[in-house]
Amino acid sequence: MRQRSLLILTSVLTTGALSLTACGSRDDDGGDNSGDGESTTLTIGVDAPLSGENSATGLGIQYGSQIAVDDANKKNLVPGVTFKLKALDDKAQPATGQQNASALVGDKTVVGAVGPLNSGVAQSMQQVFNAANLVQISPSNTAPELTQGKNWQSGDKKRPYASYFRTATTDANQGGFAAAYAVKDLKKKRVFVVDDKQAYGAGLAKIFKEQFVKLGGKAAGTDHVNTGDKDFGSLVTKIKNSKADMVYYGGQYDESQLITKQLKEAGAKIPLMGGDGMFTPTYIKTAGKVSEGDLATSVGVPADTLPSAQDFIKTYKAKKYKGDYGTYGGYSYDGATAIIKAVGAVKDANGGKLPTGDELRKKVLEAVGKSNFDGITGTVAFDKYGDTTNKQLTVYQVTKGEWKAVKTDEYTGEAN
Amino acid sequence: MNTLPQQLANGLLLGSMYGLIAIGYTMVYGIVQLINFAHGEIFMTGGFGALSVYLILPDSINIWVALPLMLIGGGLVAVLIAVGAERFAYRPLRGAPRLAPLITAIGLSLALQEAIRNFYPQADKPRVFPELGEGSYEIGSITFKNADLFLIVAAVVCMTGLAFFVRRSRTGRAMQATAQDPDTAQLMGIDTNRIIVIAFAIGGFFAAVASVAYGAKYGHVEYRMGFLMGLKAFTAAVLGGIGNIYGAMVGGLVLGIAEVTASAYIDGIPGMGEFGGSSWANVWAFCLLILVLLVRPQGLLGERVADRA
Repeated sequence: MRQRSLLILTSVLTTGALSLTACGSRDDDGGDNSGDGESTTLTIGVDAPLSGENSATGLGIQYGSQIAVDDANKKNLVPGVTFKLKALDDKAQPATGQQNASALVGDKTVVGAVGPLNSGVAQSMQQVFNAANLVQISPSNTAPELTQGKNWQSGDKKRPYASYFRTATTDANQGGFAAAYAVKDLKKKRVFVVDDKQAYGAGLAKIFKEQFVKLGGKAAGTDHVNTGDKDFGSLVTKIKNSKADMVYYGGQYDESQLITKQLKEAGAKIPLMGGDGMFTPTYIKTAGKVSEGDLATSVGVPADTLPSAQDFIKTYKAKKYKGDYGTYGGYSYDGATAIIKAVGAVKDANGGKLPTGDELRKKVLEAVGKSNFDGITGTVAFDKYGDTTNKQLTVYQVTKGEWKAVKTDEYTGEAN
Repeated sequence: MNTLPQQLANGLLLGSMYGLIAIGYTMVYGIVQLINFAHGEIFMTGGFGALSVYLILPDSINIWVALPLMLIGGGLVAVLIAVGAERFAYRPLRGAPRLAPLITAIGLSLALQEAIRNFYPQADKPRVFPELGEGSYEIGSITFKNADLFLIVAAVVCMTGLAFFVRRSRTGRAMQATAQDPDTAQLMGIDTNRIIVIAFAIGGFFAAVASVAYGAKYGHVEYRMGFLMGLKAFTAAVLGGIGNIYGAMVGGLVLGIAEVTASAYIDGIPGMGEFGGSSWANVWAFCLLILVLLVRPQGLLGERVADRA
């Protein structure tokens, strides 16, 4: 009896494992040889959540990069080299992100990767890319420790991985910017801070709270939730009881859209503010009318208001791509373009010939660090930590069922 | 402001939902000793069934007219899937080692999730579910809305109905007999296959009711919602004593109230600030489960499980 059930279990497991590896290997043999020949095909990898949680913004990253690749091919940005995109779904899971990183490293035609969306996923990918000297540019990661090391807050900044860059600015700027807006423009005095315990959310909430208190505000309370939670009845009652005049949420829209809904249904008429993780139309759609007046900060300048991004937006809409381009689409475009331009620079420096194998990746990585061009979101250049030099941030507010930019500024008051 | 009444109400609502789903686990376990891990997904499909009915109905329809139709539609979908699962997935495995139906249940649960995600329009993201009107009421210091009201009423009606059915009706008594001893029950002329199908159907219908309440309360349904709710409801069933239908409801309520009060008050205890808050709610709920099972391994109301499990 026992043996039979064991047998069944083993066979189920084996079949499962076999079908999984089958999927894996199919992905890998797409790699045609790089190097000689008049036309070489190189791949730009993309890793983002393309299904489930966060997928609206994740798809914006995929298609933003896709447009960059199409443009580069159309304009023949690097003569003799055709680029293609390989997008992998990390489902916002760090473990899946790491597998995807290995898959991209394993594909010899990949010269660089755009993504991921989530800071927590980035942490699991950095080392894999770094070991292979494969450049990674995230359009959206904002956790400071990704570029400045664990002890960034005490001023001991140390770049952990040389292969990691980002076109989004950090939460040190975003949290401080939000706190300054809440205190100075909104005149808020008591804030209830909630976060989702993830690298991004917890970090952002902490910075916001510190800056809010530093500017003379008071923390009415703090709480942490789990990602995937649906019932916030207990939290909402606590917030209501704390007499806070505002809630700050560090995390993604999946939870904040339910918190704001349940909060206002419970009769607490105070706005909820959050970071770029909840800056998406899905938030307004799910929360409904009660989201009116809620606020979110996001990195950079709204894509819609940038003259340089108009072509990009037009293409995105014309191709009827899914997902939200508004938040990170432009940064993904610029990230992918930075990699493509780096390939061009390497080719030129090498006398018009591409180096092969690991040499190519190493050279591209170096060239990305020296990027300096006008992208669609502004100047694309990186400091010695791999952070973007573009520190523009914007506050958005839900007005008549849409995110409207209410203030754009360069954040100068560094958190430390 | 004293928050205790509001927090207890929050817990009661959450607990009623757990309880309604837990009925499905406990009835099926009581009769065939199978833990139907796909039950969480049956709950989920019930919600999508109800949503489909709402989408077919004209926009102008009053929500209180639509609600019974949605309950019927969602219930129908959930019952059909539950009964279909029994007929095609579990019945061929009756008499097989325990592990086989268990793994089938897990596989079925994944299959249902993926089926909804891939084939239901736009189900890869949460779908907006109609709420039962806007606004909220206040009684003393308790605030609640229509969906909360619906949930409580539905839970009470379902439970009383089930209690009457099991105690008074012929089929209900046949059900008790099958649970006590399936072989003897069959010898006495009870069609046990029919009884098992009825158990699956009732569980499916209750799950669909819970699903409509979930959709109305949180304003959306999504393909992943069955996993966590299923797990919690299973915990509630074990807590109350698996196999006992009153235990499922009591277990659900205890679990819901424990979760809510733990996240509301534990961080107020001096020195416990680090262990409170919403993120620790599950930890405390499961601590409670462990404690109860240490003292009463058969669960709060369980009677005759030790000889079976």
